[in-house]
Amino acid sequence: MPRLLRSAMVGAALIINAVPATFNTALADMNLDFSGFIAGDTRIFTESPALSGQNNAHLNPSTVVQLEWNFEWNEGADRIDFIPFARIDPQDDSRTHADIRELNYLHLGDDWDLTIGIDKVFWGVTESRHLVDIINQTDGVEDTDGEDKLGQPMINLGLQSDYGDFIFFAMPYFRERTFPGTDGRLRSPFVVDTDRTYYESDLEEFHPDLAFRYAVVAGDWDIGLAHFYGTSREARFIPEVTGGGKTVLAPQYDIINQSSIDVQATYDEWLWKLESIYRQGHGDDFVAVSGGLEYTFFGAIGDNGDLGVIAEFHYDGRDSTAPATIFDNDLFLGFRATLNDEADTTFLAGVIWDTKTQAQSYTMEATKRINDNLTFEAELRVFSNQPATDPLYSARDDDHLQVRIAYYF
Amino acid sequence: MLNTHLRTLILSSIAVTSLSLPVLANTSPSEKGAEIAKEWDARDKGFGDSSANLEMVLENRHGEKSTRVLRIKTLEMPDTNVGDKSLTIFSKPRDIKGTAFLSFAQILEPDDQWLYLPALKRVKKISSKNKSGPFVGSEFSYEDLSAQELKKYNYKWLNDEACGELQCSVLEQTPAYENSGYTKMIVWYDTAEYRQQKIDYYDRKGALLKTLKFTEYRQYLSKFWRAHNMYMVNHQTGKKTRLVYSDYAFQTGLKGSDLTKRKLSKVR
Repeated sequence: MPRLLRSAMVGAALIINAVPATFNTALADMNLDFSGFIAGDTRIFTESPALSGQNNAHLNPSTVVQLEWNFEWNEGADRIDFIPFARIDPQDDSRTHADIRELNYLHLGDDWDLTIGIDKVFWGVTESRHLVDIINQTDGVEDTDGEDKLGQPMINLGLQSDYGDFIFFAMPYFRERTFPGTDGRLRSPFVVDTDRTYYESDLEEFHPDLAFRYAVVAGDWDIGLAHFYGTSREARFIPEVTGGGKTVLAPQYDIINQSSIDVQATYDEWLWKLESIYRQGHGDDFVAVSGGLEYTFFGAIGDNGDLGVIAEFHYDGRDSTAPATIFDNDLFLGFRATLNDEADTTFLAGVIWDTKTQAQSYTMEATKRINDNLTFEAELRVFSNQPATDPLYSARDDDHLQVRIAYYF
Repeated sequence: MLNTHLRTLILSSIAVTSLSLPVLANTSPSEKGAEIAKEWDARDKGFGDSSANLEMVLENRHGEKSTRVLRIKTLEMPDTNVGDKSLTIFSKPRDIKGTAFLSFAQILEPDDQWLYLPALKRVKKISSKNKSGPFVGSEFSYEDLSAQELKKYNYKWLNDEACGELQCSVLEQTPAYENSGYTKMIVWYDTAEYRQQKIDYYDRKGALLKTLKFTEYRQYLSKFWRAHNMYMVNHQTGKKTRLVYSDYAFQTGLKGSDLTKRKLSKVR
């Protein structure tokens, strides 16, 4: 298998590197690295589900596999990355899914780079909401924090200059968000039926989405300005009744224009952060802002552990015709503990607190390395005091602890 | 009025000159220390850039070991008022594979540092105030591993003595930058090639904290010496960390445009 793959990749290298002279040096320093992880997850739900059809079990085990091949040549100037991912969840068919997180060819020039294929890109600086991050679709069945993303097909060109980086994206294909199925926990009151998806564009998921980003480091300031034009990664939901008389939600993806700014100022122990968007195409044009700070007490835990305190606020001016958000008027307060030990032990805990409704969403994450191959992770999610109008109301009985043991190779 | 002022100035400068004369004649310990350090620094000038693989073996009190494997690329900045740029990429342990660290060293100001987290593909500018904190749980702190620049320390020559088969000059170095975890370092430089052979680190209370020993020195491009084995012992905790360097390459053609925040987001 590795040999087969190697020849396949050499084949790809041959096509890309048509010039024979380059090709000879290319072969000389080919390098293939294979890695990945397999993990066993168990979600422990403290309460029985609130919605009919949801699996009654308090324990939800599932298995995750992610493999990674990195093949590089030309002293690393050319590379192909392939990262397939799969989860098997015996309790929810919709959560059992596979995805190609990455499959791309990358070339690194002196002051430019080009990526062609499926890739993942992150924008932004804040911790509790990723407001400006828009390139990749959220893999919604993975977690509630929105940090798991589906691979996005793209051509991505980056140009570096003394005045900053100019980064261009062309995205020829749209990825639909994943949603839990009828049996799944942490879902909307009615199931989202992804066979009933609507698009504003007649080109549907083939609408060419475009994005541009300018990023610059100016002294202690890291600044990003961006614009996105294309299919919104967030859906509106239209209730529909199926032939069988069941109500489902049909996702509708609109065309939007979104301008954004993200800024971080780093002064000693202080990190000051701001993200803001201006979006057109979802009801009335609106502005959303996330901002705050992180202050670290270095060496505050034991001899070497660091304690960080995070405070962020969220405002979102969207109207009721736009996709719903929980971050309309919220405060996040949290702390981060980094022990800086051999096991890389970390804790992150906090609460997203709606200042108008007093709804609270608590989150705690802990990671620790057991040995050179095994890691332990725990995630706690607790939802409290959500009114019926809150998007998390339907998850009110889905408080859970997720425990993961992962084997990395 | 102005004349009086001028006279005072002249008189006082004569006084200062006459005071410092006997010291000049004999070379003060700090001048001698600075000269040795200057020679150490001069002998490493012009390496251009380097890259090396590094295996880091951490050992706790009970003798249990864990290993990190990383690759370090360094770009020399010819201006003595700015530090070198470096990129560190982890390949082991596997759960942090692809995690990378970009650092623009400064002399007295905190370094500029960005961390790349491959799982999220996120680049974070991080605070570098924490110079004394441990690097990935090892006995090496960030300040031990960041670029060793001449102007980062004040020097004082203590004595010359034998160090193994070599003869060494022993210097006391005090950090000139803020937030160091050390009050002083005692550094042994061999008089043959001006290489660091051993460092004793003294903590903020003035107690001996750690000892670092450099071995397996090899010379590159007929000029630049690099230790391939560095062994740090923490006397207060009993923990140890050994660094084993391999595949050193010099003047590989690394450029400033390879060590950028943008390129950091593309490393493996």
